[in-house]
Amino acid sequence: MSDKKMMSGNEAIARGVWEAGVHVAAAYPGTPSTEILENIGALYKDDIYCEWSCNEKVAFEVASGASIGGARAFCAFKHVGMNVATDPIFSMGYAGVNGGLVFVTADDPGCWSSQNEQDNRNYAPHAKIAMLEPSDSQECLDYVKAAYELSERFDTPVMIRVTTRVCHSKSLVETGSRENISVRKYERNTSKFTLLPAVAIARHPVREKLLTELEEFAYDSPLNRVEETEGATVGVVTSGISYQHAREVFGDTASFLKLGITYPLSKKLVSEFCSRYQTIYVIEENDPYLETQIKALGFTNVHGKDLIPICNELNAGILRKALFNEEPGETYHVEAKAPARPPTLCAGCPHRGFFFALTKVLDQVVPVGDIGCYGLGCQAPFNGFDFSLCMGAGFSALVGLAQALKRQGDARKPLGMLGDSTFFHSGLTSLIDIVSSESNVIACVMDNSITAMTGHQDNPGTAKNLMGQPSPQIDIVALVKACGIDDDHLRVVDPIDMKAMDAALQDGISANGPFVIVTRRPCVLIKEVARANGRRHAVIDPEKCVGCKLCMKVACPAIAFRDGHAVIAEGSGCTGCGLCTQQCRLGAISIVEA
Amino acid sequence: MTKSFLLIGVGGQGTILISRILSAGFAEMGYDVKMAEIHGMSQRGGSVTTMIRYGDNVHSPNFGDAEADVIISFEKSEVLRALPQLKKGGTVITDSYEIYSVPVLTGASEYPFDALDQVRAEVPNTIVIEAFREAEKLGNSRCQNIVLLGKLVRTMGLDEKIDWRSLVAANVPPATVDINLKAYDLGYSM
Repeated sequence: MSDKKMMSGNEAIARGVWEAGVHVAAAYPGTPSTEILENIGALYKDDIYCEWSCNEKVAFEVASGASIGGARAFCAFKHVGMNVATDPIFSMGYAGVNGGLVFVTADDPGCWSSQNEQDNRNYAPHAKIAMLEPSDSQECLDYVKAAYELSERFDTPVMIRVTTRVCHSKSLVETGSRENISVRKYERNTSKFTLLPAVAIARHPVREKLLTELEEFAYDSPLNRVEETEGATVGVVTSGISYQHAREVFGDTASFLKLGITYPLSKKLVSEFCSRYQTIYVIEENDPYLETQIKALGFTNVHGKDLIPICNELNAGILRKALFNEEPGETYHVEAKAPARPPTLCAGCPHRGFFFALTKVLDQVVPVGDIGCYGLGCQAPFNGFDFSLCMGAGFSALVGLAQALKRQGDARKPLGMLGDSTFFHSGLTSLIDIVSSESNVIACVMDNSITAMTGHQDNPGTAKNLMGQPSPQIDIVALVKACGIDDDHLRVVDPIDMKAMDAALQDGISANGPFVIVTRRPCVLIKEVARANGRRHAVIDPEKCVGCKLCMKVACPAIAFRDGHAVIAEGSGCTGCGLCTQQCRLGAISIVEA
Repeated sequence: MTKSFLLIGVGGQGTILISRILSAGFAEMGYDVKMAEIHGMSQRGGSVTTMIRYGDNVHSPNFGDAEADVIISFEKSEVLRALPQLKKGGTVITDSYEIYSVPVLTGASEYPFDALDQVRAEVPNTIVIEAFREAEKLGNSRCQNIVLLGKLVRTMGLDEKIDWRSLVAANVPPATVDINLKAYDLGYSM
């Protein structure tokens, strides 16, 4: 076992991409998928062109172009990212591939870091593309390689569907070497790749035929596996991480049909398996994706979502309770309760200045959030926005909201916020909509010079790419101006500078028409920024502090209150940003460098 | 027989690093190992957990209530959050170090200062150490995790076949090897 390595599912997928001889890989970061491309960038960039694309649609189109051009191509995103990418995915479902085209959707049952727990398995039949579901890190590697074989053999994009517990669990993996795959020759082929109506209608039956062939292949593919237990009367049908939980619960008391190819489902294989057992349990997280198809085959001795929760992720304990009404074992109970400990804006976070300033004008605006670290600003004490939907909506929703508020005589002004990476992802088109509709709203780009929430990926504003090379820096302010925002309707401020931040919001509120505020200050966790900050931190003079708690209104995790005084707690991560010093009217807080 | 460890702390405390060292050690012992991490949002000062399971053949990487053999807590009050996952007869190893969350700092939530008295009274195998303070005395409070590792290895008798010191050296940043080895030895001797 010692020749195997502990790898996360994401690391194993990246390794599989490299071993499969892939030439081009593109993605937009999103938990739990991010480390796939991070690993490709860190370990395999000499062999694979890789990039963080502006968004998932762009990423899939980059990969599609590579595939049509003859290269083996790869793409990855989180589940909601696939929503953004589905337009080209559905088209490539009809067109098929030249070089193999494989992508990963990383779903998030339990919403560990997401706005929903959508089950992307439903996309595979919808887009008419093959789907594989690995159950652990070794399968992540193996299935990626198998997916390229399938993609080229059956002329289909292949979707690999994983979940948080597959992506972020580590298990032992045996690795191989890189296959030497040459790029297939590019030839003009309009009857396949130019999806005009006449071509598309002709491609549809081709796609249906290929799916039938793929289903026949799935019948005895080693990617699907029957694990027979002699004398068992119970059969379990399962896939992905649910297979692991099912093995944990049923042990050797049942036989298993472990499905690796979950679209198209081999009806023959499933029917043969199900007809051999008195009772069938379908173990799957979230939607009854397999169960519905099995029931459609006429089987009635099937249990699934009648017992197993449809919401949240599963574990063995949840299954034991759901299937057999078995309670967890004995544990310990104490009276004391753990305090609430939600994730929170870091000490020194530039967004804190923005949200603190916003609290002073909350009666004059209706704030709208978006996806990123600034999502943490919605909590008390800032209560920094009323709603957030998806990437880009922080700007585009303002247009409709302004109309709705106007029609009910609500004088408050819609104010939207999104980050630099989100601006490049989909905020730019939303800003164009704001300008062209002449909406009377405030759009704030909170530029912290990094894609922060997902763990610091570069974006078009950071002047560096995934391969570690310098790249042209796209200027957000120049883009905003190019969209038609003039200097009178634009403020570029340091969000920690309280006077400037307050003034920018006031100007925005009193302005007419589209108004943009760009807050500019880098994330304190960026290595170079942290290094430059050094040991700088704030100290509070207990002689001068009267305990008025004004500094605590900025809700910084570095400031605590002890014995009637505010103190900068040791090890609190204070970066000496100076937000609290501006709050103190007695000059009790100073910034020191050591 | 599969053993399950639950590590809990506050985002940024280094729970993932010692989980990596532990799972590397269990793999070296010849066990099948799985480790479940949670990344993303919760890392920003929120409560974070890692699960490690090892045995002859491990299936699920994550587990639910009353299934942990050991809880290793990096922060005093976080033990309380993890406690429902400890099985009867299990062990708690915790730092007495306190970190106040923003709701505690703003007065919206109360900090349970007597958490460990209550846990000690209920869980016979409770071990409390001052890993953060000791690491601070050594010169780097970030070695708290390795002090806890030393204590865990000693308490659970995990060092029969494994040279944990070399695993520590191989997994920490090169410039911090010496201080982390001191931290390991210190935790082991506590």
